[in-house]
Amino acid sequence: MSAARETMDDRRETASGDAPNGAAARVPQRAEARPAKRDRLQSRPLDLKRGRVDLAHGAGGRATAQLVEELFLAAFDNEWLRTMNDSATLAPPAGRLVMATDCHVVSPLFFPGGDIGALAVHGTINDVAMGGAKPLYLSAGFILEEGFPLADLQRIVESMARAAREAGVPIVTGDTKVVETGKGDGCYVTTTGVGVVPPGIALDGASARPGDAIFVSGTMGDHGVAIMSKRENLEFETEIVSDSAALHGLVADLLAACPRVRVLRDPTRGGLATTLNEIARQSGVGMTIDERAIPVRPEVAAACEFLGLDPLYVANEGKLIAIAPAGDADAVLAALRAHPLGANAARIGSVVEDPDHFVQMTTTLGGRRVVDWLTGDQLPRIC
Amino acid sequence: MKYVDEFRDGAVAQGLARAIAREAVAARRYNFMEFCGGHTHAISRHGVTDLLPSNVRMIHGPGCPVCVLPIGRVDLGIDLALERGVVLCTYGDTLRIPASNGRSLLKAKADGADVRMVYSAADALRIARQHPAREVVFFAIGFETTTPPTALVLKEARESKLGNFSVLCNHVLTPAAIVTILESPEVRALGTVPLDGFVGPSHVSTIIGTEPYEFFAREYRKPVVIAGFEPLDVLQAILMLVRQVNAGRSDVENQFHRAVSREGNAKAQALVAETFELRRAFEWRGLGTVPYSALAIRPGFAPWDAERRYALTYRAVPDNKACECGAILRGLKRPTDCRLFGTACTPETPMGSCMVSSEGACAAHYSYGRFRDREVAVPVAAVGGRTGVAA
Repeated sequence: MSAARETMDDRRETASGDAPNGAAARVPQRAEARPAKRDRLQSRPLDLKRGRVDLAHGAGGRATAQLVEELFLAAFDNEWLRTMNDSATLAPPAGRLVMATDCHVVSPLFFPGGDIGALAVHGTINDVAMGGAKPLYLSAGFILEEGFPLADLQRIVESMARAAREAGVPIVTGDTKVVETGKGDGCYVTTTGVGVVPPGIALDGASARPGDAIFVSGTMGDHGVAIMSKRENLEFETEIVSDSAALHGLVADLLAACPRVRVLRDPTRGGLATTLNEIARQSGVGMTIDERAIPVRPEVAAACEFLGLDPLYVANEGKLIAIAPAGDADAVLAALRAHPLGANAARIGSVVEDPDHFVQMTTTLGGRRVVDWLTGDQLPRIC
Repeated sequence: MKYVDEFRDGAVAQGLARAIAREAVAARRYNFMEFCGGHTHAISRHGVTDLLPSNVRMIHGPGCPVCVLPIGRVDLGIDLALERGVVLCTYGDTLRIPASNGRSLLKAKADGADVRMVYSAADALRIARQHPAREVVFFAIGFETTTPPTALVLKEARESKLGNFSVLCNHVLTPAAIVTILESPEVRALGTVPLDGFVGPSHVSTIIGTEPYEFFAREYRKPVVIAGFEPLDVLQAILMLVRQVNAGRSDVENQFHRAVSREGNAKAQALVAETFELRRAFEWRGLGTVPYSALAIRPGFAPWDAERRYALTYRAVPDNKACECGAILRGLKRPTDCRLFGTACTPETPMGSCMVSSEGACAAHYSYGRFRDREVAVPVAAVGGRTGVAA
């Protein structure tokens, strides 16, 4: 990570004897990844139990370098970070590159089924994957608020590291800034991802054609309702957990089985309804969907009912929308359902010709209505 | 989902639709007003209109608190927040109501006012307790359903002698508004708005009962059916109204037996009577000044009445000239009759109040029904069936 390039100074600061109890003994996970002990910048390691972020952690001096080494490098450890350069040097892969970036300001930072760290990894991997690409590398930018507990930061960073390891996508560079108390809200995380598209795959939000079939990979609205259930003033008891997950494995399986898939997109903010409208507008088509075919967990439907929300507009973080020629419908559904993250996949409708680009829905009642873009913000800071 | 799916069942709906089509006399037209915005929303969201024969028409009424709140009342709230520096708490949709000079509470918030969205009156009271150094005002809006919770926080504030909390009361009354519509020249003399009956809101009647409607059902010879908010409730109420019209009856009937009684909730009524009194007159957007149609806070609660506490003076502000909200709220015009509809006025940039709340006639039509405005509708293709996990 940047900022860590000052000459290593083995000068020891004084008074190692007054280190807080136990702090000196704390060894971060994967300690072998850290620079040799004699290179340590400060005599006392970060107090990851009781310590807090202060302005020095963002100033670019020793404190920044210490934060990077003892927290970020210890957790993310890989050959690129270990060089301690400002940037990662990567060999360009063959093929077309996909690049995506995603800012995360979710509140609360920790929620049922995830946290801002794992979400930041999943969110960007999914954006890269929706371009049909195999994600290769991530970068991570942190904006921390003065006073933020280091223990919470460690929890977030370790969750990110776990998500990145599980996804097989290393975090190869990053940056940290600190803002004064009151100028941030604890922790914001921005991630950027790079991936490469296999030959023969051409996904584009403008490619939906009349007659195509529309699919979702699972239940709608889980993430938004999980977040909502932990919001101040609104806490309610529920078993619902966020669906936050990296979808590149599901995408790889789907594209291997059905390379003619035309559009993939993850229905995050604005939910299914808004994402379908985006695609309809980009492709210059209309859509018709069937309310009865859209999978929604009963507990999510119930929560939406008493909160006055429509599950079609509630965010997802581990689901995708796929649009493919109708002739491939069976293969698409089979490929999605064969993967654990697509077990509840369903065909929900069709692409039609429509100069007004309306998304229309047949209701459970048998009536019809427009499914419009989200208006306003029914749920701020969902991701 | 239990207790919800039963009231949205497609097969039952088709059965009710067939009964309505069978019983509605082909030679005549049936014009029913669903008074409440909640019903407008349910009808639009579930596509109930598609199940009605062409001679049964639903007219959207003024029962949407956001829609009928006049500009001058919103201005009072904005001024309190911007000029007096109070923490102004209110329900979500209120934030977006257009006020004078292109303002709204949401824009005031962006300009630095401390405006907070709350889910209940009790949240506003809690904010006052958490910030004893700040003045906190709850901007209360709504019909009879949201009035008892406001009454409760007023009582609690008085009992605990909470010095930094007050309520700006904009609570209005359903029966008064319906009488005004029935008394309007369009309905009484001109006959330009044919009205054959009303679908009444069940949540209002859980508080006031069905009895307050008996007077005007008799007096104006208009049948009323108090109905729940699920689409099957609405369909059944329409069928009940068709039957009353056919039989020449004008009774108050209760479709929502599962929660509504003739007498209503006596405890809530007593609570409201203890804290509120009738205003002699109140301005409604669209209906104008309506006598005895709204509530004010009783003098015994004066220190917690924002109007008294801050010596507020109401100034009426006319609506945008091109805006047809008034005529739409009286059932005189449809949303598409307005020149602004869908052009200058959309849910993102509402000019009139009917475009603000999802319960407003214009927003409901824009968000759910505007495909109907085309001459040739796009056919709905058949798609795959229900999945295992669908609720």
